[in-house]
Amino acid sequence: MLNAAVLIKNGRVVDPKNRVDRVADVFIDGGRIAAVGSPPQGFVPNTVIDARDRIVCPGLVDLSARLGALEPELSAAVGGGITVTACPPDTQPPLDEPGLVERLVRRSAALGLARVVPVGALTQQLAGERLAEMFSLHEAGCAAFSQVQYPIFDTQVLFRAMQYAATFGFAIHLQAQDPYLSRDGVAHDGEFASRRGLPGIPVCAETVAIATALVLAETTGARLHFGRLSSAAGVALVRKAKSAGLNVSCDVAIHHLHLSEDDIGYFDSHARFVPPLRSAEDRSALRDAAADGTAALCSDHTPLDEDAKLLPFPDASPGASALELFLPLTLKWAEESALPLETALARVTCDPARILGIDAGELTVGRAADLCIFDPAETWRVSAETLCSDGKNTPFLGVELTGRVKATLIEGRVVFGDDLAFDPNVL
Amino acid sequence: MRNPPLSNPQIGADGALTHLLSTEGLPREILLNILDTASSFLEVSDRDVKKVPLLRGKSVFNLFFENSTRTRTTFEIAAKRLSADVINLDVARSSTSKGETLLDTVDNLVSMHADMFVVRHISSGAPHLIAEHLNRLGRSDIHVINAGDGRHAHPTQGLLDIFTIRHYKKDFSGLKVAIVGDILHSRVARSNIHALSTLGVAEIRVIGPQTLLPAAMETMGVSVFLDLRAGVSDCDVIIMLRLQSERMNGAFLPSAREYFKCYGLTPEVLAFARPDAIVMHPGPMNRGTEIDSEVADGPQSVILKQVTFGIAVRMAVMSLLAGN
Repeated sequence: MLNAAVLIKNGRVVDPKNRVDRVADVFIDGGRIAAVGSPPQGFVPNTVIDARDRIVCPGLVDLSARLGALEPELSAAVGGGITVTACPPDTQPPLDEPGLVERLVRRSAALGLARVVPVGALTQQLAGERLAEMFSLHEAGCAAFSQVQYPIFDTQVLFRAMQYAATFGFAIHLQAQDPYLSRDGVAHDGEFASRRGLPGIPVCAETVAIATALVLAETTGARLHFGRLSSAAGVALVRKAKSAGLNVSCDVAIHHLHLSEDDIGYFDSHARFVPPLRSAEDRSALRDAAADGTAALCSDHTPLDEDAKLLPFPDASPGASALELFLPLTLKWAEESALPLETALARVTCDPARILGIDAGELTVGRAADLCIFDPAETWRVSAETLCSDGKNTPFLGVELTGRVKATLIEGRVVFGDDLAFDPNVL
Repeated sequence: MRNPPLSNPQIGADGALTHLLSTEGLPREILLNILDTASSFLEVSDRDVKKVPLLRGKSVFNLFFENSTRTRTTFEIAAKRLSADVINLDVARSSTSKGETLLDTVDNLVSMHADMFVVRHISSGAPHLIAEHLNRLGRSDIHVINAGDGRHAHPTQGLLDIFTIRHYKKDFSGLKVAIVGDILHSRVARSNIHALSTLGVAEIRVIGPQTLLPAAMETMGVSVFLDLRAGVSDCDVIIMLRLQSERMNGAFLPSAREYFKCYGLTPEVLAFARPDAIVMHPGPMNRGTEIDSEVADGPQSVILKQVTFGIAVRMAVMSLLAGN
């Protein structure tokens, strides 16, 4: 099966990394891209997929998806066209031991679904006090290191963590939120939270943390990535640092491109996120940052059981299930912002792959044949039944979305939508 | 983006009040109807037999997830004067400490044939969660009254405050109302602002130090004043807010003493208001912290009348929700 020769015919190939957007055939041999356009010499396909009227693009790369149970979540990933997903270290127990990382890599690889790229804990137990064994964790497969939503109160520890990571050239993924300024807060500190009496998290909680980390990164030479930015002022700081030549990147969670504080409505716990949904102006700045390439996009998938959301808004767990909504919500943003498909797909393929420093997110000859084939016009309604993930928690329940994944291939194997593949002899 | 559109869960499909969760979004007619009904209940409390049979056979559950003897008692008195059976559950100390969720507690009480829940909770939005749960179950015959949720709302306090204002000022249209103190943490302030806006007062002012003012306050249709004297100048109504003791020292305020110096209502400050201005307070008062005893006990204070009116207003709300 590994040597399977696959032909994907007649699709519109959109490969942002190689600036390709045209109708073309894709040839896969031995699990790798053999050619795009004309067939390689002597190519005889044993599987043909007709992708007429469909988009053929690199498999999506997700900068953060919490996985819970591996099988349903990785099935959800490939169902959403995602072929690589970074797993943040706030697992139970946290990814601060090489053995845990090896186990995650081994167990996820055995499923043969989306590839999992672990992000290791920056500090032991994510407690923000003692450094985790970054070198050993890297050997075990960690692509970067993060505290996720756990604070490092002691800036000296953050400084040392950056120095240590920079020693080996490891990237640090930070979620910028000052723990003091965000204390007790559950919603954006603005008009809506004031009206509803929800404790607020001011924008300065984000900008203070970004500014601190940028200064430390400049001093230490650490490679920094800011995950899940939420504010106009936050992306402005990162944009400025980038133009000043600092090796820094950022991403925005897909929900923050579509929702704002008003979507909390009458205390809808499905609209509770960390960082919080902010104002319409912030949302618009996040859309611009994604459009101009300052920010990549991320699903920030967080599957939760029903009980975690059946609580008063401030007590409910934050986050939403998003793997299967990631592509359609990206397409929706692209359509609303009148962006070329190539630009939009770059934010979910080659850009996150570059941030993670992995070979993925492109249809370059010789690379692993990880692809997504989707129907850009098919509409579907989000419901608990249409989601493969264990997490049915999404503020988009009941919403009709456009764009549906028809097939996902990993190393040339159809791991989702195999009814599309057929034998050429039957033609 | 959202689908279906978000609707106000306290108003039923027929436009009638199903629950009382907040004064925000309550139409003027409903507000005035509650005030008029409360007026008719005022004399019940003056009778020898202080009871009317409007809620006979109904069970009212006081669900207090946050302790408050005072508010719970006023609801209990109101329900008993309507002849309801009142069951007080001190949930702060029982079910939740055994791990039962809020909605499990509610489901259990529904099985005991509760007709009305009076809910106080530390988290903003908790009564909404219960009301939406009952709406989902199709139990529009069971009503929720918010007796204070987090910083969000305390609608019966807001209603008794506007009842008091109408009692003394007759008409809302020309009034300038000042709300003074810890606006940030105050559900009373929010409930008053929404009700007074709907009733069309001339101006609502909020007065306090920046540490106790919520962000973007002016978007709620109020004028913000940092200086107390300027804020109360020419006002017809001054509503003082209680300052919780845990906010008196620390990062919100340096000390109670300094707070009183800057934001305490003294006779000297009161002189800046209109001579016929009334002074209100939701209680319990901190004498010498937010209000001087001379003002609290003075001729312009209507603080104890608020308590009396509070019973009538709560009777009116319960009676209207029960369909009378």
